Amino acid sequence: MLSMREIDKSFLGVRVLSDISLDAEAGEVHALVGENGAGKSTLMKILAGVHTPEAGTISIDGVPVTFGHPLDAQRAGVAIIYQELTLLPERSVAENVFLGREPTRRGMVDRSAMERQTSKLLLELGESTFGPRDAVGRLSVAQQQVVEICKALSVDARIIVMDEPTASLAEHEVELLYDLVRRLRERGMAILYISHRMREIFDLSQRVTVLKDGALVATRNTADVTQSELVSLMVGRELSHYYPPRAAPEEKGEVVISIRGAGNATLHDIDLDLRAGEITGLAGLQGSGRTELAKAVFGAEPFTHGTMTPLRPRSVRQAIAAGIGLVTEDRKAEGLALRQSVGDNALLVSRAMGRGTAARVRELLSRVRLAPPDPEREVRYLSGGNQQKVVLAKWMTVAPRVLVFDEPTRGVDVGAKAAIHELIRELAREGMAVLMISSELPELIGMSDRILVLREGRLAGELPPGSSEETIMHLAAADEAAA
Amino acid sequence: MSERVLGSLSLRMGPAQVVFLALLAVLVLGAIVGGAEFMSMETVVGIQQRSAALGIVAIGQTLAILAGSLDLSVAVLISLTSLVAAEMMESGNVAGGVAGALAVSVLVGLVNGAVITKFKVHAFIATLGMTLVIKGVLDHLYDGPAGRVPDSFQRLGYDRIGPIPVSALLWAGVALAVWFILTRTRTGYRIYAVGGDVEVARLSGVRTDRVVIITHVLCSLCAGIAGLLLASRLGAGAPTVGTDGGYDLESIAAVVLGGTALAGGRGGVAGTVGGVLLLAVLDSLFNLLEVNSFFKDVVRGVVIVAAVAVYVRRRKS
Repeated sequence: MLSMREIDKSFLGVRVLSDISLDAEAGEVHALVGENGAGKSTLMKILAGVHTPEAGTISIDGVPVTFGHPLDAQRAGVAIIYQELTLLPERSVAENVFLGREPTRRGMVDRSAMERQTSKLLLELGESTFGPRDAVGRLSVAQQQVVEICKALSVDARIIVMDEPTASLAEHEVELLYDLVRRLRERGMAILYISHRMREIFDLSQRVTVLKDGALVATRNTADVTQSELVSLMVGRELSHYYPPRAAPEEKGEVVISIRGAGNATLHDIDLDLRAGEITGLAGLQGSGRTELAKAVFGAEPFTHGTMTPLRPRSVRQAIAAGIGLVTEDRKAEGLALRQSVGDNALLVSRAMGRGTAARVRELLSRVRLAPPDPEREVRYLSGGNQQKVVLAKWMTVAPRVLVFDEPTRGVDVGAKAAIHELIRELAREGMAVLMISSELPELIGMSDRILVLREGRLAGELPPGSSEETIMHLAAADEAAA
Repeated sequence: MSERVLGSLSLRMGPAQVVFLALLAVLVLGAIVGGAEFMSMETVVGIQQRSAALGIVAIGQTLAILAGSLDLSVAVLISLTSLVAAEMMESGNVAGGVAGALAVSVLVGLVNGAVITKFKVHAFIATLGMTLVIKGVLDHLYDGPAGRVPDSFQRLGYDRIGPIPVSALLWAGVALAVWFILTRTRTGYRIYAVGGDVEVARLSGVRTDRVVIITHVLCSLCAGIAGLLLASRLGAGAPTVGTDGGYDLESIAAVVLGGTALAGGRGGVAGTVGGVLLLAVLDSLFNLLEVNSFFKDVVRGVVIVAAVAVYVRRRKS
């Protein structure tokens, strides 16, 4: 039904997709897998008419199509259910379902027809917990997904793309989603299903396509492939980069932070010790609670129960005062004041905490190898790598005992990456306890003195340094293979 | 007991209902302290006449704000259209004057909308720029009132049917038309969608640029109608009639007071009508009580800010 051929796409000169071909048949669930940044979402946005490819063709039922606007894709029968749901919380279910295509009678929007048709769609999907007049903002995430699917059905979509639909669902809601997907398949739709989770891929899909670094690795019949084969297709990559040596046993010091039975809305039963001089790696899929754990330790989204010694921070200020720092995942939004100078940024924390260290700024900037170590420049003009060094300098002004890194090298070029890795190790060697989150497994393996794996808000296990990507992925994603 | 009923009742009310409740309260208060004078024909007619022009502009502003935009150029556009109308009507051609004023409005709205959507200039800056451009033209061409409207056209500003001035009917007509657009047409639904989340609207297949441009044209048209109304009141056009009336910020204040979210996507015409009336009634009451005009502004400021704080609180609960 759908055929995408030799699709190429670049952003700002960086090739993100090259030569990708993908098919989907009527009544098929075709899974699309790959690590973060493999290009799955970009490929799907091309299919949705959000991005236009530089090269390649898309055809539906053998007819070539070009999409310049999401509306074109919609008219051709393609509907996408994004990970971030695209609904208006203020408006009713019916209004959301028919947004952009409201039925009219004599020039007026025909509300009753809209609500009638929405009721019919909800009924077909076996949904009776809410009605067409309910405000979308009051529904659960799972219910909102049903609204999205109604929206897709109401445009007579025949090709439905689902981008990690279970990422924000609770366990019992996943079963409902399975039912929905099967119903859609029985209606003869082609479904492209993006997911990280092995179980879903094997439960639902007939075929699976693996993407890596913007290129197609393989397309297989799901029945002919095992879970570990699939994982190696996804990750199989050599360590291409030198990492600083790990901590020797005598370099590991006392326990600086000890967490027992801690949790909050997303995290459960967290037991965790962080030692001076040790880098603890934290692996987990998107939505497993990695960032939430970092923020809990840092008091930004505090633990609500359990113990943490010496102190369970209830606010960021308390955490900083107790010597805990967080290098956030999104440095532009959460780590830096982009329009301020390097110097002002480096002093953000120490000023906030009322400790003046202005005299040491230059020294710190050369310590983090900022090139050039100029405190006057505005941070927004720096490269990603240099920005991250400024974030590091910001924390070093208050000399924390524990530093949590959430994706420390995301969006950083190779050279700066190595420099940041060395810095992190250096800080550990000087006695800092480091907790490092990364979805880039080679980095996590290369840097960590031990690796913890989070799954669905719980620690699924601990692995020794140098564990393979496969082992980590199994523990993070798989349910049966983990046992 | 009655308190709890009242409490749960007020919890279920939207901002539009709250503003009308406040309006009722001020009216009752006015009747008590002002007595017969407050309820006199003169006061009632005065309130309506004073609110008509602001009301019409605020209805247009509601559209722009609901779509997630806003329009600061309405005040100078009122001045401009009053002059265009009055000069064209000097020869007695009323229809030509009306058409001319409205055509200028459409043009200004198109430019505002196009600059905001195509050049991605924030509405605040785009319409501020338009304000300066129009102001420059007006200052260059006029040093005072100009043109003359025929007596027949002046009846728009001064005639009334019983206790209801024609200008108030005009306002009601504009409000009804916009209410119809917002609640009964696709355009209205899309204005809410674009203001609610422009990316969601786009991904749902809405041509978001077009929606923003249409709202700006409609908003400018409303300002043009207000310009015509003021020309008929003055008997001429005046280069400062819009800015002296403070129609830019007042219209935004009335919209927000009526419960429309400044960020867009939430609110409506009814609230704006209530907001405008509340401001006008407060004004009449203060005049009646001969309140110091500085104090009047203080109260108005407090009322507007307090209202928004109340709406935000209610949404959270």
